Amino acid sequence: MKDELLKTETVTETNNKVIQVKNLVKKFGSFVANKSLTFDVYRGEIFGFLGANGAGKTTAMRILCGLSSPTSGEITVGGYDIYKETEKIKKNIGYMSQKFSLYEDMTVSENIRFYGGIYGLSISKRKEREAEMLAKLKMDEVKNKLISSLPLGWKQKLAFSVAMLHDPQIVFLDEPTGGVDPVTRRQFWDLIYEAAANGKTIFVTTHYMDEAEYCDRVTIMVDGRIDALDTPDKLKKQFNAQNMDEVFLKLARGVS
Amino acid sequence: MIKVENISKSYDKVEALKDISFEVEKGELLGLIGPDGAGKTTLMRILMTLILQDRGNATMAGFDVVKSYKNIRLLVGYMPGRFSLYQDLSVEENLNFFATVFGTTIEENYDLIKDIYSQIEPFKTRLAGRLSGGMKQKLALSCALIHKPEILVLDEPTTGVDVVSRKEFWEMLKKLQQQGITILVSTPYMDEASLCDRVALIQKGQIMQIDSPSTIVENYTRKLFAVRSGEMYRLINDLRSFEKTDTAYAFGQYLHYTSKNDEVEATELEQYLLEKEHVQLQVFDIEPGIEDVFMELMSGKEL
Repeated sequence: MKDELLKTETVTETNNKVIQVKNLVKKFGSFVANKSLTFDVYRGEIFGFLGANGAGKTTAMRILCGLSSPTSGEITVGGYDIYKETEKIKKNIGYMSQKFSLYEDMTVSENIRFYGGIYGLSISKRKEREAEMLAKLKMDEVKNKLISSLPLGWKQKLAFSVAMLHDPQIVFLDEPTGGVDPVTRRQFWDLIYEAAANGKTIFVTTHYMDEAEYCDRVTIMVDGRIDALDTPDKLKKQFNAQNMDEVFLKLARGVS
Repeated sequence: MIKVENISKSYDKVEALKDISFEVEKGELLGLIGPDGAGKTTLMRILMTLILQDRGNATMAGFDVVKSYKNIRLLVGYMPGRFSLYQDLSVEENLNFFATVFGTTIEENYDLIKDIYSQIEPFKTRLAGRLSGGMKQKLALSCALIHKPEILVLDEPTTGVDVVSRKEFWEMLKKLQQQGITILVSTPYMDEASLCDRVALIQKGQIMQIDSPSTIVENYTRKLFAVRSGEMYRLINDLRSFEKTDTAYAFGQYLHYTSKNDEVEATELEQYLLEKEHVQLQVFDIEPGIEDVFMELMSGKEL
């Protein structure tokens, strides 16, 4: 099936592949964290990356971000080679983690200035992006407040926008909505949808199974392998499940 | 078993808890459900005699949290949000340590922890710091149980944990409850509410509602629709720009929709969306879940 797909693939499809992963293997000593992963992510896609704790998601994500090198495999991100062009990759991606993304003891504005500097934005460009961003998030009034004084949901929305400050092709989101209240969680997904509609590729991990339904395609990792990869609808059909929660339980518990 | 009366607590200018009162019966499993910053941890730390409230009283098994804190500490088990075991001790050493502190032994209360501990016992010589997330959680629960507490308080034990481990964890809690242990557990996951006897929905330091999950859902009186189309992002935007719309939020594969004054019927909504050329359209009535109620209650307050 996969070979057929490869044969019929057209040039345009290849151009639309913003992440290409072929036989990615990552070993730590004798432990194999990623066992030959193969998948593609398309431009403008919301790609859900799910799996149990310890299934190898973070390992794979760190490799795609250029933070760790694979043991073997052919991988390109944004058209750049994962072995030779990690610096170019870093300029073309945004990354946001749940645990740390903004400096708590700096103000909103200072954080934007700081990240603008890191990403090498010119001062005028940065000011322009800052104004746009604060207007969109309706956060202009709090721009001189410390990050530590903001509610978690605000921080996460801000962190997402900061991760896109340099207009990257791809944004990696590692559990962006953990612990966020249900309304803000949905506002956060509104931002994701909007970014994807504007052509950004979103690579996202989550433990909320309802959020898996919002993705265009979902992979589920089990024990270092990708055990499923398809649209939420097709996965539900394939596993004869009512929702993604059931799909996940069947796969991760090996009930199917 | 747990009694909280008009508890308030502020940190500088931030009011973490505003005049909170509730009770938990012996053998009950009460869930504190709310997002980060709602005040769940502050409440638990007061009950655990780790911090002092500004106002109000609370008792655990009849003991006052301020005056009789020493009695309380002997009969409660606590699993804090942050992993708080000794990372540089082995699994077995951690458990032994907590048993000894409480003047007991692993053997004496092995029955209570057997189901949980037996799953990590094969790794008992491994350092706690080198365990996976799920195993750390099981060890922390074992340590919180080793002195056979009457009340178990768990602060977000399932946050950041995958669906499978979360399910297993709740199965463990249910078994402990059957052995007569009173359990107070907090979670940001609304879908875990149905597993509690009663839930307290907490937001911004206040309990918005406390009742059984089924009663909470029954009390929801809004007319709620599930809506789906081939283009979900455009659907959200079209619904939100509809003048009669109150809320349109993504809920898994559907959007949940309410209209102002509940005046819109399914047919009208469908008509509106057909005019916007949505295909594969589905619109139907739907029963609310805890999350719908929570969001409705939130909207009543200033956000």
